[in-house]
Order: sequence, then C-alpha cells, then structure tokens
Amino acid sequence: MAYSEQEILAGLAEIVSEETGLPTDSVLPEKSFTDDLDIDSLSMMTIVTLAEEKFDVRIPDDEVKNLATVGDAVSFIAGAQGKA
Amino acid sequence: MSHPIDVVVTGLGATTPLGGDVPTTWAAALAGESGARPFDPEWVETFGLPVTFAATIKVTPDEVLTRPEIKRMDPSAQYAIIAAREAWADAGAPEIDGERLGAVVSSGIGGIWTTLEAWDTLREKGSRRVLPMTVPMMMPNSPTAYVSLEFGAKAGAHAVVSACATGAEAIGYGVDMIRSGRADIVIAGGTEATIHPMPIAAFAASRTLSLRNDDPQAASRPYDVDRDGFVIGEGAGVVVLESAAHAAARGARVYGRIAGVGLSADGYHITSPEPSGDGQIRAMKAALAESDVTAADVVHVNAHATSTVVGDLIEARSVRGALGEDSDHVALSATKSMTGHLLGGAGALETIFTVLAVRDRQAPPTINVETPDPELVLDLVRDKPRQLRDGDVAALNNSFGFGGHNVALVVTSV
Repeated sequence: MAYSEQEILAGLAEIVSEETGLPTDSVLPEKSFTDDLDIDSLSMMTIVTLAEEKFDVRIPDDEVKNLATVGDAVSFIAGAQGKA
Repeated sequence: MSHPIDVVVTGLGATTPLGGDVPTTWAAALAGESGARPFDPEWVETFGLPVTFAATIKVTPDEVLTRPEIKRMDPSAQYAIIAAREAWADAGAPEIDGERLGAVVSSGIGGIWTTLEAWDTLREKGSRRVLPMTVPMMMPNSPTAYVSLEFGAKAGAHAVVSACATGAEAIGYGVDMIRSGRADIVIAGGTEATIHPMPIAAFAASRTLSLRNDDPQAASRPYDVDRDGFVIGEGAGVVVLESAAHAAARGARVYGRIAGVGLSADGYHITSPEPSGDGQIRAMKAALAESDVTAADVVHVNAHATSTVVGDLIEARSVRGALGEDSDHVALSATKSMTGHLLGGAGALETIFTVLAVRDRQAPPTINVETPDPELVLDLVRDKPRQLRDGDVAALNNSFGFGGHNVALVVTSV
C-alpha cells in the first residue's frame, strides 16, 4: 500500500521522536535534521533504517546526504514507494 | 605497607533486584528480603529452559530513563547509568576538571541483549535492518563509555573484565588510577543484564544454576547443606572513589576507605576454583598487605559465596587460610542469598554492602540457611543483621570469577 505524504510525515515524526526525545509535533517539514533537530550521522542512519522498514522503501546511502529537511525525506519516501 | 594516597568512597549508587537505589537495596538486604522471582513463563515454554526464575531488577529502566536513552543503550549500560547518576549525586556532584575524573564501569558479559537482538533481526529481516547503534551498544566498554560521556570523565574510561569478579576489579582499577596520580575522582563499578533465555540456557548447561523452581526465594542459599547452584541476577553498583585529600578539601561526606586491593589468578581451570584456595588466599593476603590494617582488624567478610556446592566451601576455607585464627571473630555474610548473582555487577554491589556494613556497624544477613554445611568453618550471619563492634574496623569483600580471577578489597571505617 502507498502512504500519503501526511502519513509519511506522521510516521517519520514518530521515529524521530523515539530517537531524539523531541515531541512529534516539533518534527515539521521545514525542520533541518542537523540544525533544528540536532540529529548526528549515526542517529540519521538509525532513522533511515527504521523508515525503510516502516514504509517498505529503499533509501540509498548516497541519497541520505540530500535529505536535509524532514520535508526532503517525506518527498523522497513518497517517491520511492513501490520501488523497494 | 599502606599507600601514601588514601582512597575513600564518597558516593554510592545501585539498581538491583532488591531496589532501584542504594537506600532501598540496603534496607531490603538488612531485612533479609529475596529478589528472586519467576521470569516470563513463555521463555520456559518456547525454549524448554530448566530454570524458571531469576533475580530480576526491581525498578525497570523505563521507569527512570527517557525513550531515547533506552533505545541508545543496552540494558547493561542503562543499569550502569542509573547507578552512576545516583552515585554522582550522592557524592554531591563534585566540581572537577574532567581530566582528573576517571570512569571504570565494567560488565562481565557485555551487551548480550543487543547482540542477540541484532542477530535475530539479521536472520529474520536481513542486514539492512540491523540498526547502526548495534556496535556501540554491544561493545563491553559501552557502560563505561556512557558514564565517561555523561560526566565528562576524561582521565580515562576503562572496562576491566573478569567474569564475576568484574565489578570488584573495576573498583580496584579505579583505586589504582587515583593512587598512580592519574585521577582525583573515579566513578567505578560493575553492571550486568543477562537475564535472557540464551545465557540462562548456557549457565544451566554448565550446571551452575539452582533448579529450585518450586521456591525461587529459597533457591539462593549459600552454605546451606541443600544449596544447588546460584540464582542469576541483574543490575549495577557504582561507587565514587576519591583521594582522601580531594574529598577533605571539598568537605565531602566519606562513607569509608578502600584501604587495599588484592588481585590474583588461579591459573588452574576455566570455571572451577582451585581446590586449595591458594589464589583466593593470595588475593586476600595481598589486599591486607597493601593496606594499613591487619587480619586482627577484620570484623566482617562479604563472601563471594554464590550458593554452589563446591565454591562456597573453598572460599570459607580460604578465608580461614588468609586470616588464620583472626577468622574466629569475622562475621561472614553471603548477600547473594538475597540479591542473586549479579555476575559483573556483583563485586561492585557487594563492595557497597561492605562499605555500608562498616559504616553502620551492621553485617547483613545470609538468608535461606536452614542447615549450615557442617564443613563451614566460619561464623555465618544468618537471617538477621549482626551488630559489629565499635571503634576502627575493617572488612573484606571477596569476588571470584570464571577464568580463575580473584579480587579482594579491604574496606575500613573512617
């Protein structure tokens, strides 16, 4: 099944919240993973691993550096669905 | 010959089968409570485990840590951090240059939950689902590394490992860091979190666990004629060690001194203690020789005594061998009768018990001894705490581990 961008944002916010302790409603599309959410590279890879499983997508390592904001990740995951 | 740098204990922390902190744990120990209880019956059904109980932790980490902390740390590190935070606060959160602060908080087995869960994930879902935090969570230096990170301990973060002697050896290493001038304060102790079906199956396979499934609370019974093995426990104990001069300068409350550290190895067998107790005796004698007290000053011994048929008696004879006639006035306590065996955490928790016994002049009880082994040659404290004499006193804490590791610590009053 395909997830809507809204569902992906909600699911991603849950993953980020579990990883960082930030409330889910602070994980907004315009937030930068590094600058706003203080997520280091190891945490980012954890989030990627969990997101791949949750949304059944593949997020290649060389794509991760392009995911600067939560919105970038949501768009990528939405586009990658069905290609895993 | 005592060392010119005196090392004292200024903070205590623990999370154990008896309680989520030191005051609760110590009160339960003095009251003779048992921390043994049945574990998840599904484990028994699924895996056919021959043992159905353990001394599981009383306060689970999810009651005290945040979700991200729990996700980033193996349970062995979670217990260590909980105990370290209590110990540090108990010491008055001393202000210190990080380069003069050390960490030595070890686990005997390491991040076994993380290791096994990652293996399950790999087999069920493939390599891409194995989490990136797996390595920093399974490495055996993870607890000491997290303690170092949290408190900014930069003089060195070490993880000495010697199976069930680990916690005591870590404290000994911490004492040495201060005596050698590398640090003024060291956060030291041991932790373990191995109550998982695989290690239980493995310990059961080595025939070292009690099988008293019908009465878990009576299963750990060191020196009783009907003892049949140890009860696996979990948890952590952490102490704040400090040079006496540093503690005095900041007006710290001092619980007691670690006056001597004795280490030896049996060089005999990978699991069995050497029958004559030679290695154990050498460790106790070395600890006393390094201290400024003699066997005549020793009023209490916290025994390693795990409730195994062979090990308990070897130790009792070793105490007599090390202390000679002075062992007649020793109150012997086997606190694993209450806590179970915390493996890498045991030596640290029992050091805490020894420090408190000396401070309070109260030797904790040994429970479940209905008929003492007739070969026991020492005065065992049974069922109720024993008042120790006033005046300056000393005590020994013994810890021995698979592999033939022997550690004895001399604790004295202040």
